[in-house]
Amino acid sequence: MPIQVLMPALSPTMEKGNLAKWLKKEGETIKSGDVIAEIETDKATMEVEATDEGTLGKILIPEGTADVAVNTPIATILADGESAADLAKAPAPQQKAAESAAPAAAKAEAPAPKAAPAPQAVAEPDPEVPAGTEMVTQTIREALRDAMAEEMRRDADVFVMGEEVAEYQGAYKVTQGLLQEFGAKRVIDTPITEHGFAGIGVGAAMTGLKPIVEFMTFNFAMQAIDQIINSAAKTLYMSGGQMGCSIVFRGPNGAAARVAAQHSQDYSSWYSNVPGLKVVAPFSAADYKGLLKAAIRDPNPVIFLENEMLYGHTGEVPKLDDFVIPIGKARIVRSGSHVTIISWSNGMSYALKAADELAKDGIEAEVIDLRTLRPMDTGTIVNSVKKTGRAVTVEEGWAQSGVGAEIAARIMENAFDYLDAPVARVSGKDVPMPYAANLEKLALPSAAEVVEAAKAVCYR
Amino acid sequence: MAAPKKAAASTAQDKTDGGSPPEFTREQELKALRDMLLIRRFEEKAGQLYGMGAIGGFCHLYIGQEAVVVGMQMALKQGDQVITGYRDHGHMLATGMEANGVMAELTGRRGGYSKGKGGSMHMFSKEKHFYGGHGIVGAQVSLGTGLAFANHYRSNDNVSVTYFGDGAANQGQVYESFNMAELWKLPVIYVIENNRYAMGTSVSRASAQQDFSKRGASFNIPGQQVDGMDVRAVKAAGDEAAAWCRAGKGPFILEMQTYRYRGHSMSDPAKYRTREEVEKVRHDQDPIEQVRNRLLAAKVSEQDLKAIDAEVRDIVNASADFAQHDPEPDAAELWTDIYR
Repeated sequence: MPIQVLMPALSPTMEKGNLAKWLKKEGETIKSGDVIAEIETDKATMEVEATDEGTLGKILIPEGTADVAVNTPIATILADGESAADLAKAPAPQQKAAESAAPAAAKAEAPAPKAAPAPQAVAEPDPEVPAGTEMVTQTIREALRDAMAEEMRRDADVFVMGEEVAEYQGAYKVTQGLLQEFGAKRVIDTPITEHGFAGIGVGAAMTGLKPIVEFMTFNFAMQAIDQIINSAAKTLYMSGGQMGCSIVFRGPNGAAARVAAQHSQDYSSWYSNVPGLKVVAPFSAADYKGLLKAAIRDPNPVIFLENEMLYGHTGEVPKLDDFVIPIGKARIVRSGSHVTIISWSNGMSYALKAADELAKDGIEAEVIDLRTLRPMDTGTIVNSVKKTGRAVTVEEGWAQSGVGAEIAARIMENAFDYLDAPVARVSGKDVPMPYAANLEKLALPSAAEVVEAAKAVCYR
Repeated sequence: MAAPKKAAASTAQDKTDGGSPPEFTREQELKALRDMLLIRRFEEKAGQLYGMGAIGGFCHLYIGQEAVVVGMQMALKQGDQVITGYRDHGHMLATGMEANGVMAELTGRRGGYSKGKGGSMHMFSKEKHFYGGHGIVGAQVSLGTGLAFANHYRSNDNVSVTYFGDGAANQGQVYESFNMAELWKLPVIYVIENNRYAMGTSVSRASAQQDFSKRGASFNIPGQQVDGMDVRAVKAAGDEAAAWCRAGKGPFILEMQTYRYRGHSMSDPAKYRTREEVEKVRHDQDPIEQVRNRLLAAKVSEQDLKAIDAEVRDIVNASADFAQHDPEPDAAELWTDIYR
């Protein structure tokens, strides 16, 4: 029976890709390991290798086709003795793309099924964007790259260093193209040596340079946390204001997908505990761009927490020459009067989905994207809670000593008399992240849990 | 380019006559004497003030090791950076930082280099290119490599002089830094001040490879053992290392064989070594006495040497006076300098 070749997933977050090129023609013999096609994603072009032998029977998706969903049949392979007449007998698409085709090169990212859903449309316009501004649709990955490229063009003291940022074009392709534009002096591949290169970055920053230090993930930054806190965060104070450092530590933070406990920790509360650091954790593509530009310009050390699940998500980014969003300002992305839901980074995915669900039941949630965790925009939270009288925090990290606990304390300190119910926290479960898909799902927060918490504080 | 040949090592532990260092001019001898005396008298005064309760917390004295920073400083030029660990008072005075500002920082007063907010282990001077003063053992090695990275990035010919001890030499980030420094040919002189004890642990109890000049061998970083009690040997080695770095050849390691006379900190009873051991080094190898004896042999008068002594004592006494009378920082300073 003819074998179907399916569109493969080349990375944990890939949902679709472009079929760039067929390297074999119909009727050509195919051996196992032959490269039969090239597939493009927003990150890279990858080769598809055949894992079956035979003859390329029929190309189902012509080259140049964009946005082919993962697992779509793209061709059929005829086994020995089969002919084109047998094509009609091809089976229904299998669910495992890997059985008929596999990516040729190993990826730095771990395999994973699907990305979280794209952000919902937001109800409130962004006050940072002038009305009538032209918008461009970009992935968050591209928004980050553009932010760095714009700041590097603007200031020769800005450079990027980290593992695989240059030749490899970024482990997650965030630094794609920077080496080509700025050269090896300003886009620097480091050895795998987080503690050492974090310290080198801080030392360089003490002299007035403005490093962007990329950690492949913040899980690996635990090796470097001494330099981040003891050297970067404290030197300005310890020197009586003489010597500070303008430096950005950035990279993916928190849970990706199916990468287990050591690669899935959320460090929001760790870094936001430390005076001397600023901590930014955006959700939308526009915020990623505008806040990274602000972080690079900031004269202080900034922890810029990204989320791998969001890198491939697209959003509208203002087409402005210099779009900078001030650090320290939360944003009301959806207004409502019954309950305030406060989150940041990928937590916003659950918050916005929950708000949609709640609206169906007549509960209008006001959703606040904190965007910056330190300094925290207490005013925006408190003003909202004064209006709604109820609050739910949503975070992927652990609850104990978490950011949600801090938000709850600030609400109690500043709006106690306005509260109609205790503040509810939705968080990651108090366990190391499990690998199994079902357990991982249980360990993370969900929109359903946010809905449940919001209904509870509304006594519904 | 081959590594420079290893200079005949004349060590503090086992002093030999092999390869006497180049002679100093009279001016150089006088300057070395004056700068080392300033550090010695300053540290003695700091020890007294600590005993009186005027200085709090940790206080690590540099007495015995003066030739290392003074000799190295004589090999540097304008713009070269200096960074070290927590035993840092000598380094600051050697770079030309004011005794008043250092002593007032020790007493936690507003006229201290860090406005009283850093203390003994955390002082800085942009003007003198002194980058601290760091309290986490070994952290200054990555930071100092970063200073060298900045010189390389800016294509200037300045050198970062990164000091650390025999104890810090066992930290992992030292080797991460060595690797990148050689990989990228960064202009950094790693000065390992081997004073034979990491707090109370002798080198032989802590180090599998006790020849610290070889610690960069697997990265192809040249290294040299130096008699750190002879200021002339230190300067000569510093000259060679600085020339190597300025020529774009990458980092260089200097193991300074030296000795600390006092305990690790003020609260150290120093039970891990004998009084005789300390006395022997003091008697045979004291860096200041070596210079004084050479000057006397060269017919410099006792009178002239006493004048230097008096000048130094005046500076130190004035700094102690300033440090005890300068007001504490204003309470409002608690909340400043957290962000710029």
